[in-house]
Amino acid sequence: MTRITVTVDGVAHEEEVEPRLLLVHLLRDRLGKIGTPVGCDTSNCGACTIMMDGRSVKSCSVLAVQADGSELLTVEGLADGPTWHPMQRAFHEEHALQCGYCTPGMIMAALDLLKDDPDPSDEAIRHGLEGNLCRCTGYSNIVKAVRRGARAMSDQEVTT
Amino acid sequence: MTEELDAGIVARQIAESGELGEPARNRHEVGAARRRKEDARLVTGRTRWTDNIQLPGMLYVAFLRSPMAHARVTRVDASPALHRPGVVAAFTGRDLAGEQGSLPCAWPVTEDIVVPAHPPMAVDEVRYAGEAVACVVATDRYRAYDALESIEIDYEPLPAVVDMNAALEDDAPRVHEEGNRAYVWKFGTGDIDAAFRDAPVVVERTFVQQRLIPTAMEPRAVVAQTDGDSFTLHSSTQVPHILRIMLATVTGIPEHKLRVIAPDVGGGFGSKLQVTAEEVLLLLLARRLGKPVKWTESRSEGNLTVHHGRDQIQRLSLAAEADGRLRGLRVDLLADMGAYLMLITPGIPILGAFMFNGIYKMDAYDFTCTGVFTTKMPTDAYRGAGRPEATFAIERLMDELAAELGLDPIEVRRRNWITRDEFPYTTVANMTYDSGDYEAATRKALALFGYDKLRAEQSERRDRRDPVQLGIGVSTYTEMCGLAPSRVLGSLSYGAGGWEYAAVRMLPTGKVEAVTGVSPHGQGHETAWSQIVADALGVPFEDVAVVHGDTAIAHKGMDTYGSRSLAVGGVALVRACDKVREKARHVAAHMLEASAEDIEFSEGTFRVRGTEAGTTIQEIALAVFGAHDLPDGVEASLDSDATFDPDDFSFPHGTHLCAVEVDTETGATSIRSYVAVDDIGKVINPLIVEGQVHGGIAQGIAQALFEEAVYDSEGNLLTTTMADYLLPSAADLPDFVTARTETPATGNPLGVKGVGEAGTIASTPAVVNAVVDALRPYGVRDVPMPCTPERVWRAIQGGAS
Ligand code: FES
Ligand code: FES
Repeated sequence: MTRITVTVDGVAHEEEVEPRLLLVHLLRDRLGKIGTPVGCDTSNCGACTIMMDGRSVKSCSVLAVQADGSELLTVEGLADGPTWHPMQRAFHEEHALQCGYCTPGMIMAALDLLKDDPDPSDEAIRHGLEGNLCRCTGYSNIVKAVRRGARAMSDQEVTT
Repeated sequence: MTEELDAGIVARQIAESGELGEPARNRHEVGAARRRKEDARLVTGRTRWTDNIQLPGMLYVAFLRSPMAHARVTRVDASPALHRPGVVAAFTGRDLAGEQGSLPCAWPVTEDIVVPAHPPMAVDEVRYAGEAVACVVATDRYRAYDALESIEIDYEPLPAVVDMNAALEDDAPRVHEEGNRAYVWKFGTGDIDAAFRDAPVVVERTFVQQRLIPTAMEPRAVVAQTDGDSFTLHSSTQVPHILRIMLATVTGIPEHKLRVIAPDVGGGFGSKLQVTAEEVLLLLLARRLGKPVKWTESRSEGNLTVHHGRDQIQRLSLAAEADGRLRGLRVDLLADMGAYLMLITPGIPILGAFMFNGIYKMDAYDFTCTGVFTTKMPTDAYRGAGRPEATFAIERLMDELAAELGLDPIEVRRRNWITRDEFPYTTVANMTYDSGDYEAATRKALALFGYDKLRAEQSERRDRRDPVQLGIGVSTYTEMCGLAPSRVLGSLSYGAGGWEYAAVRMLPTGKVEAVTGVSPHGQGHETAWSQIVADALGVPFEDVAVVHGDTAIAHKGMDTYGSRSLAVGGVALVRACDKVREKARHVAAHMLEASAEDIEFSEGTFRVRGTEAGTTIQEIALAVFGAHDLPDGVEASLDSDATFDPDDFSFPHGTHLCAVEVDTETGATSIRSYVAVDDIGKVINPLIVEGQVHGGIAQGIAQALFEEAVYDSEGNLLTTTMADYLLPSAADLPDFVTARTETPATGNPLGVKGVGEAGTIASTPAVVNAVVDALRPYGVRDVPMPCTPERVWRAIQGGAS
């Protein structure tokens, strides 16, 4: 067992973990952060994407011990009270989700994409989201949502 | 690129002219592009997936699965696992044999069909790789999986049966004692021999519908618990109601002691229309251990053990006149059942039997389907279920016929399709298509696509032998939706009806709970159903809550599949609302001191005809709650329910056009533009409809270009992970240009036809037709799916030689 500290959506946690415990299981099974789902076991789907120290990671391919000392942001930490993050709103407005299983990861990956390219082209969005699979939407509306979210964020000067 | 721009401009022009028409939002909710109610929890992570459930004392289940496709289990001992840390129990198939029963098949399509016993956990023999042979129950999921390695098991290998043609040979090794032929189902109309006798043109082709893995993004998960008397099962299922009945039958738990809940479900596409081994086994474990138990599959486990889709060999012959008019069609199918018949396995290809003729007129039709056992995961419903296979066959054949005759593929279709003034039209497959306008949808699609310009570019590229060739694919599809009229299901030996149920509860404060028997898993029913109720009762959209997916609170229904939710369940909801209004009218008459015949209802208010005197439905709800002054003989409730059983199917249709660029040197295909014009009848929410079309097209393209479940000759699945089974990503797909035409369905008061499967059904042949079209100058007549670069390249080499 290893003792680690992580801050998740602004709350500090100290946990004893087995070295093999996946970060996503720490979040879901131990800390009750069930907003971040698991869609695969080979790091392909991106459903589990969160921010670790400001950059996106697939939390199924990070060990909890590797996150020791990190600041984590999940989809549950995006909204400001009842006010959604502009990217959450954009996904809603553009109907960029159906079952919503991919949505937390998609939103986090989109935010990461905008860090490098705050005004991405459709093509840049499509390539930037290549590691996040959606089975429901066919992606067209996701691309629109990311564009809309990007615009709203630059208007409001939001970065994450 | 110019054409894409053109398509965009045309789309905008049509939108501006109002032809694409988002219905104006005067006071009507139906037709409005409402943003979805469901999204609030989904975009914020406050979801209710089954795997989220954690209960005090909960135990976790892991399954040991057969590494072999076919083997006798000669020895199995789970007891060593009991010594591992955290392990509470471990069981083998033998331990559970006395209580596990057999997984049900609800669709024995013929009298003499072979329905083999299907134990949820294998006892003596395994028949596909991945079949569960033992399980461990432990205090956490890691420990449960750790302990699997301690289970001792010996197998005596038996021959795998992988290929359907080989499986049907007399000396083939048998999957089941009864042989590998599950059934032969025949259907035919007209004089097929006459249709082929002296036919000026006969097109014969064999197409393979490769096996697909449905791959809903949420892996399956099950939680079972008991209080010692009754049981609750949470499952990531599309069919909580069907599941409850079937689980009660299989396990012997009385139906009234079993509650089934489908919480948030992350996609299904047919794959969660099933009664699974794990659902049965988790209930048995909860019963044995008296503790809540949870199982969540890994993706690799899911690729092996979630039922697969498609998998047919289609031998087809089409007879036509010299001018392209169709005479008759012969269809001879081999359908891979896999190792067992699951819930509706045998019926899937039969659903396609009535669709092979598509939108075309012909004199005779002959259909034979042979269901074949192999040592592979069973197949069952996957988006479209039988109808994509049928549509692919006829739409590919129409393109082949056009090529044979040197006609434009659109022209060949035009010469054969049912014209708008011929509806209602009874087809050669005995289906009565109630409405449609194939000309209109095609005209619009051609305009949006810039068809003539693309054809001109194509011939120009052909002339200059451009290594990157342009191909244009057409698919003028129809499908049968609104599953299903119960009498038809009965005549096809299906084990249940096809009706749907809804109830409306008027709450004292005037808010409404709409209970529906369908079970959404991403479609957006909460939003669309709220729109329907808002209009029917004249209440605000926000004042409606939709209740579903829990047999304790929405006790009755047939669930969600086959594009039936709206066309059947939505209509039940309308009927329930009608009854609420009728009850309220009598109370209003009493309150307004008028006779009920003089009461009119409009936008939430009951008025005495010709006067201003009125009362709102909310006021009536409160008055009924108080019940202080109700008319004689009127009960103190406006609540109503209704069951709707459609008289017939509904028949959405449309025209999809796809342009691909194929690099003849590398075999790589890229989709340049894709236009879909669908006629799905009336629309409740255009936003949701568009989303369904987009997602459907993506899945159909995936079959055409990317996906295939591959088994090796030993029966091992090679595509167990998402790294091997390729789902298209955003980078692999184009933007879709979508539009609609509208001929209302005549079989229901909403005029709706269904949209859930349309995109998938239409798009696969559109894409493959485009790929083949690009390669016609190279002598290519077919490319097997998925049309990977390697296969395209090989086709070019083969065609050219
Ligand atoms: S769950 Fe992490 S990438 Fe699929
Ligand atoms: S919305 Fe269902 S997987 Fe993306």
